[in-house]
Amino acid sequence: MEFGIVELSRLQFAMTAMYHFLFVPLTLGLSIIVAIMETVYVMTNRPIWRQMTKFWGMLFGINFVLGVATGITMEFQFGMNWSYYSHYVGDIFGAPLAIEGLMAFFLEATFVGLFFFGWDKLSKVAHLTVAWLVAIGSNFSALWILIANGWMQNPVGAEFNPQTMRMEMTDFFAVLFNEVAQAKFVHTVSAGYVTAAVFVIGVSAWYLLKNRHVELARRSITVAAAFGLASAFSVVLLGDESGYSATHSQKMKLAAIEAMWETHEAPAPFNLVGFPDQEARETHYAITIPWAMGLIGTRSLTTEIPGINDLVAQAETRIRSGIIAYDALMHIREKRDAADPVIMATFEEHSADLGFAFLLKKYVDDPRQATEDQIVAASNDTVPTVWPLFWAFRVMVALGFGFIATMAYFFWRSSFRGMNYPRPALWLAVVMIPAPWIAAEMGWFVAEFGRQPWTVDGVLPTAMSVSALSMTEVALTLAGFVLFYSVLFIIEMGLMVKYIRKGPFQDVSETDAWALRHTERLAGRRNADAIAQPDLQPAE
Amino acid sequence: MILHELLSYEVLRVIWWGLLGVLLIGFALTDGFDMGVGALIPFVGKTDVERRVAINTIGPVWEGNQVWFILGGGAIFAAWPPLYAVSFSGFYLAMFVILAAFIVRPVAFKYRSKRDDPRWRTAWDWALFASGAIPALLFGVAVGNVIQGVPFHFTDDLHTIYEGAWYMKFIGLLDPFSILAGVVSLAMLVMHGGAWLTLKAEGVVQTRARAIGSVAALVAVGAYALAGVWMAVGIEGYRIVGDYVTGGPSNPLHFEVARTATWLTAYADRPWIVIAPVMGILGGILTFLGLRAGREVSTLLFSKIAILGVISSVGLTMFPFIMPSSSDPQSSLTVWNSSSSHLTLFIMLVVTAIFMPLILMYTAWVYKVLWGKVTEADMTSHSDSVY
Repeated sequence: MEFGIVELSRLQFAMTAMYHFLFVPLTLGLSIIVAIMETVYVMTNRPIWRQMTKFWGMLFGINFVLGVATGITMEFQFGMNWSYYSHYVGDIFGAPLAIEGLMAFFLEATFVGLFFFGWDKLSKVAHLTVAWLVAIGSNFSALWILIANGWMQNPVGAEFNPQTMRMEMTDFFAVLFNEVAQAKFVHTVSAGYVTAAVFVIGVSAWYLLKNRHVELARRSITVAAAFGLASAFSVVLLGDESGYSATHSQKMKLAAIEAMWETHEAPAPFNLVGFPDQEARETHYAITIPWAMGLIGTRSLTTEIPGINDLVAQAETRIRSGIIAYDALMHIREKRDAADPVIMATFEEHSADLGFAFLLKKYVDDPRQATEDQIVAASNDTVPTVWPLFWAFRVMVALGFGFIATMAYFFWRSSFRGMNYPRPALWLAVVMIPAPWIAAEMGWFVAEFGRQPWTVDGVLPTAMSVSALSMTEVALTLAGFVLFYSVLFIIEMGLMVKYIRKGPFQDVSETDAWALRHTERLAGRRNADAIAQPDLQPAE
Repeated sequence: MILHELLSYEVLRVIWWGLLGVLLIGFALTDGFDMGVGALIPFVGKTDVERRVAINTIGPVWEGNQVWFILGGGAIFAAWPPLYAVSFSGFYLAMFVILAAFIVRPVAFKYRSKRDDPRWRTAWDWALFASGAIPALLFGVAVGNVIQGVPFHFTDDLHTIYEGAWYMKFIGLLDPFSILAGVVSLAMLVMHGGAWLTLKAEGVVQTRARAIGSVAALVAVGAYALAGVWMAVGIEGYRIVGDYVTGGPSNPLHFEVARTATWLTAYADRPWIVIAPVMGILGGILTFLGLRAGREVSTLLFSKIAILGVISSVGLTMFPFIMPSSSDPQSSLTVWNSSSSHLTLFIMLVVTAIFMPLILMYTAWVYKVLWGKVTEADMTSHSDSVY
């Protein structure tokens, strides 16, 4: 593969997106866990829960800030590196991004400051409300981002407008209730919840191993295991739902994940493991489970799932149809309002395949001049590289089942074995901390790499989406991001470790001076119930 | 969906042009004082605790304020996709620098006081300084370039091509007029930061902020007036020529554009817009006086009026142009040719009409909760929870 501006831009996007998603899942999950802990505090009034809220809240804050910082890159990168994409689909894709800001990110970011600074300025219930607003904001944020991303996977509710040379929205609700987006949303936030649960259990397990902060650690595990168990089930079920929706919206991705070269008689078997061979278009040494693929993909025993070879043949048909659309488009673009109605009608008929004609742009400037060989080559381009998808998917799924088992175990010990945990289990929990991140990155890799060669499936090829930039510029910013992000990552990890080692800090509200000040501050302004109890236990 | 036909395409475009202004102004009014305070940190705080006071005046609110910036990006993407595509890829390296600043800044706030090492803290203080001052300057430089026109054109497929070598996307932006515009922007935001610190800090931090802020106010007013004179005598404007429709498809290539001697003919066509520069200059002068006199609440209000006036004067003067092209005027982006579709603009307006008032309400509530001075005593009594 030649390495040009497209590949460099893709590398930059992949790097910045995957880096961003190191912080997002923990934000999604930990915001809720912290809010749950604070809820328990407000309900029971027991200071240990306040200490837990503050401790995990502190770690949440260290993580949150990098999620915010790296998220800005994502929002701006489309315009910087993918300007043709931005022009071409901004009419649809921009809307959920803007709504995310209006509805979710503003909420989350405005209240997160108050969460940290508002402890002695708000009543307990008001502060709890703030904590939940941060959690709700974070999660709604994910909803809108996944609606945007879901549209790239399954572009519904839009059509091409030859007057403006771009896709335009025709049905907002179709974009909103895109089945791919909905399944992805629940799958992704659940993955975030699992991440946070594994993180909380892992850190707490380390405390138990060191015999420090035992009260805090045990309670934290109890909360995280219950929350994590439900989420681990949800992440696997909704992953399955994503697979099911992919059966009709993203057939090529599904076939590539399964390394399913030929269409198999229904119900198709599932390749558990094997070695996909792109050249020969077969999978060596495959261990298969009969019927499983058909059942997962179609939830029936009779519906066929198309294999890669059949899908390539379909792509070739659509490329030919797309060339007709392209030819009509050139006429319309020149004549504008005076375009021949017959040609307009031809365009309407074939416009859904226009994107397939664009696949030829890689080989020839004018798709109408494409040779037979080029058409065949372009159809073959619709197959993403299979082996990384095949393996990344399997790693993710294996980890997903691993999380269910781990969560179930900790839930059982916390509920029925008096919160006692054997040391090997605690060590395992510590070692497992990175696992959900690996699973999440694998998941994104499958979703995005599996969509290639498209940025918007069937609509706009990746190769056409880039900005007219020089290699130097993109290389410069890429180098900048790598340098920058590496430094930030080291700093972030350093602080995380420092604050985990340090443990929960001495609560300021334990000091008499604070209690006095607090009383003064609130005097005449708020109810007495807001005044924190001076009988807090000291931190260890 | 027929509902969106309730508002004509033309009206929606004008509304969204206005909302673009609202977002930019909202950003400058809120995040503007964050950037201003950032730029002031090394000068108003000589000791660690003084610097912490300055930082903690914005500590609880910078995060929400920064969303104006992000929302601005998102709203341009949603409502003005060609503008998003052209400006972000066209100002490529400058955008990267701004982005870098906006990545470093949150981290600097959050991490600065998490270690006691003075070198660690000093390094982050300079990061806060740079991430406040540099974007404040560059935003103005960008506006200066937009006023003069930016060298780009569209191909027939509406690919955007930026003329010139890659480094011109940064060095080329720094012409004298744009640097002057950058000075206006930097001085204005430093003034705003000074006004904010006057309200939220006390003692020596406040005194220094008032002194520097009042100088910045004078510089802002002077540079702004100078830029106005320069525009009258030395900067060409643009206008749409020939027949055109205001409610037609968003395709820049459907329009004809010519250069004119000056932008300022707009003041002959629409005399009422003179209110904007008047607010800019009067607001700046009043801020100067307020800072000198040590008025707190009213000074911040004057500073806001100045910013409102300065930013809206640019938009109102250039209307209907948003981003003219100097190398191929026909490719210029205007209100009539670079918006989203009728339906998208309508949906986004509905969403904005619901959420913007909510945002303003809860933001106001947060500021009310946080009302009051940040003191040096807070830094010691809350050393674990403040920045």
